Amino acid sequence: MRKHLLSIDDLTRDDIERILGRAQSFAEISGRTIKKVPTLRGRTVINLFYEASTRTSSSFELAAKRLSADLVNVKSAGSAVDKGESLKDTVQTLSAYDPTAIVIRSPHVGAARLVARWTAASVINAGDGKHEHPTQALLDLYTLRRRAGALEGLRIWIVGDVLHSRVARSNILAFTRMGCDVTVCGPPTLIPRGVEELGCHVAYSLDGIEKADVIYALRMQNERMTGAFVPSLREYAARFQIDGRRLGAGQLLMHPGPVNRGVELAAEVIDSPQSLIVAQVESGVVVRMAVLYELLAGGGDPGDEMSSLPPALVRPESVA
Amino acid sequence: MSSAQLDRAPAPAADLLVRGARLFDPRTGLDGEADLLVRGGEIAEIGDGLERPDGCEVVEAAGLCALPAFVDPHVHLRTPGREDEEDIESGTRAAAAGGFGAILAMPNTDPVVDSASIVRSLRQRAREQARVPVGFMAAITVGQKGEGLTEMADLADAGAPGFTDDGLPVVSAGVLRQALRYQRLSGGVIALHEEDPALSAGGVMHEGPVSALLGMSGIPSISESTMIARDAAIARYEGGRIHVQHLSARESVAAVEQAKAEGVQITAEASPHHLCLTDEEVRRTLDTGYKMNPPLRSEDDRQALIDGLRSGIVDCVATDHAPHSREEKEQPFETAPMGVTGLETAFAALHTELVLAGVLPLRLVVERMTAGGEPFGIPAPRLERGAAANLCLVDLSAAWQVGDAGYESRSANCAFDGRTLTGRVRMTVAGGAVAYRERSFAIQGVA
Repeated sequence: MRKHLLSIDDLTRDDIERILGRAQSFAEISGRTIKKVPTLRGRTVINLFYEASTRTSSSFELAAKRLSADLVNVKSAGSAVDKGESLKDTVQTLSAYDPTAIVIRSPHVGAARLVARWTAASVINAGDGKHEHPTQALLDLYTLRRRAGALEGLRIWIVGDVLHSRVARSNILAFTRMGCDVTVCGPPTLIPRGVEELGCHVAYSLDGIEKADVIYALRMQNERMTGAFVPSLREYAARFQIDGRRLGAGQLLMHPGPVNRGVELAAEVIDSPQSLIVAQVESGVVVRMAVLYELLAGGGDPGDEMSSLPPALVRPESVA
Repeated sequence: MSSAQLDRAPAPAADLLVRGARLFDPRTGLDGEADLLVRGGEIAEIGDGLERPDGCEVVEAAGLCALPAFVDPHVHLRTPGREDEEDIESGTRAAAAGGFGAILAMPNTDPVVDSASIVRSLRQRAREQARVPVGFMAAITVGQKGEGLTEMADLADAGAPGFTDDGLPVVSAGVLRQALRYQRLSGGVIALHEEDPALSAGGVMHEGPVSALLGMSGIPSISESTMIARDAAIARYEGGRIHVQHLSARESVAAVEQAKAEGVQITAEASPHHLCLTDEEVRRTLDTGYKMNPPLRSEDDRQALIDGLRSGIVDCVATDHAPHSREEKEQPFETAPMGVTGLETAFAALHTELVLAGVLPLRLVVERMTAGGEPFGIPAPRLERGAAANLCLVDLSAAWQVGDAGYESRSANCAFDGRTLTGRVRMTVAGGAVAYRERSFAIQGVA
């Protein structure tokens, strides 16, 4: 197995299949009363978060704890980072504790890759600037496969602020790698120039979205309004909001959260049976357990500590 | 304008008999094995079997190629203000190690070179420290703020060979127009960093598929080319002379070509990194050693620059040697400063990537690397009898790993760091004095 998880681009289809299969095994643990196995006992995981995060940070924390790892949470606010310590110095300081893994969230592209240069620990990219968020993409694949069955051939529309979205980038790579047909859609000012080179189609209106199997809405960030990216949230919502009229009966809806209700999604679709938004959050823990296991436990030798687990299920559950 | 405005530290005039080198000078048409005698800092004789005069050092140079020394019109010496990154001594030492016989330093220092007294003080320091002749460009606008003109006439009198707000564009067309009008009084080419800040706002790399993949804000090619077109139009209107710095994009080459066709007095330079590298390096490594402004662009842009160099639309090569401290560069790509060093690798990079790859002939690369002073009135060095000795001895077949033995520059942020390049400068004679000898290069016959 690889030492780090820095980018979806680094993963083969087989790697992804293995992680999804492993996550399926861990889902069984999450169903138990005592949701804990001793797999990573004695190993240290450091969560180094330079940006605010609820879902990613807490699910990595839960994942590490369920695998019995020792966990240290470092946030930029209130730490030496706050006092101007450089990323390199922070990482070298933390590395002195001999961590097995460092999970890093940073506002800067490539931060995880830099950290991997400066530490002997395994490094997991929990979001680097607008670049990538690979575990989000993995949990999205996992969620979607549980619900839709096979991923191959699925038509997926990613709608919204693609320009500023690391989720969009990782998901374009992940979905296309698994054989999905991906279209990105949004105002032209929020679609990066050259994005079609990643293997997706580009649309500037929702015309044709009825043919999609999955609509993946992205968070519209209010701060983008000041940069003249779109004239107003009202016009954006009028043209790109997914509401009850636009979400067809057979279509699935996803969103990485947090949702701006009434902007990118209308309230009625968020809570509809077609929405996978809550399932995505649930998947976060088991997928991140699988990633930690793959990177830290050697991948191939679960030993007696894992013997109570079912074998990795590569086969998805039936379509709901 | 003359090379008299370049300064260097006192050094004994060279007395050398370079024996058995391949003498190669595209301007004189020289190409063949011969001896070259330097006496009192001048090329005294070229021929076969030259006798060694008394007191003359013999350089056994069989297997080496003697080229006219290169001239770099675009170097950041970081003096005054950031001598931790580079100073006049270290920067000119790096230049000499790269085979350069003269360089021009940019004025975007701290303080900015915008007064005659600063030019004079820098020239004085160069007369104490510089290993190769160096000239100090002055700013176009006071403090490089893009507003009031500097005292261009006084600056020219103090020895500034030209004017530039390099690092920043002259955003106001009106200010540039006034500078070009004033040029009739002051002389001195106006060199331009071409960038429309509104188009490149927030950008850290070339805008294209790679920036889309990496999620980094892009600097579009048109940020450069639209400003070139604007400034060429102003120069044509005012009859002024402009020099476009560090060309990076196909559209920019086209804009310069069109301006030249229309009779604008315009020259242009391109850097070895833009001629040899693309934004794929950023994709591959995310290494801040590939972060510069203008950014590394696409393969198509690179090919356009090579074509421009070949056709002469791009007049010369300039390194834009921009030293930065290790701490500053050891940051995430988006927050690291822009700029890379290049004096020590310029020839080797172009020789490896363009000459040995069969893209351009050696003749053309040498011609463009020696032409950098011409827009500023500094003639290109020549290997001919009676000329001042400005030459370098190069082993064209020597492969070396960049950075392996450190750098002469005080900074190590070289875009070619770690690469194996072929072509190594062994010795440089600049302004009639020996400026550099490679440590491993033994002088075999000393009188």
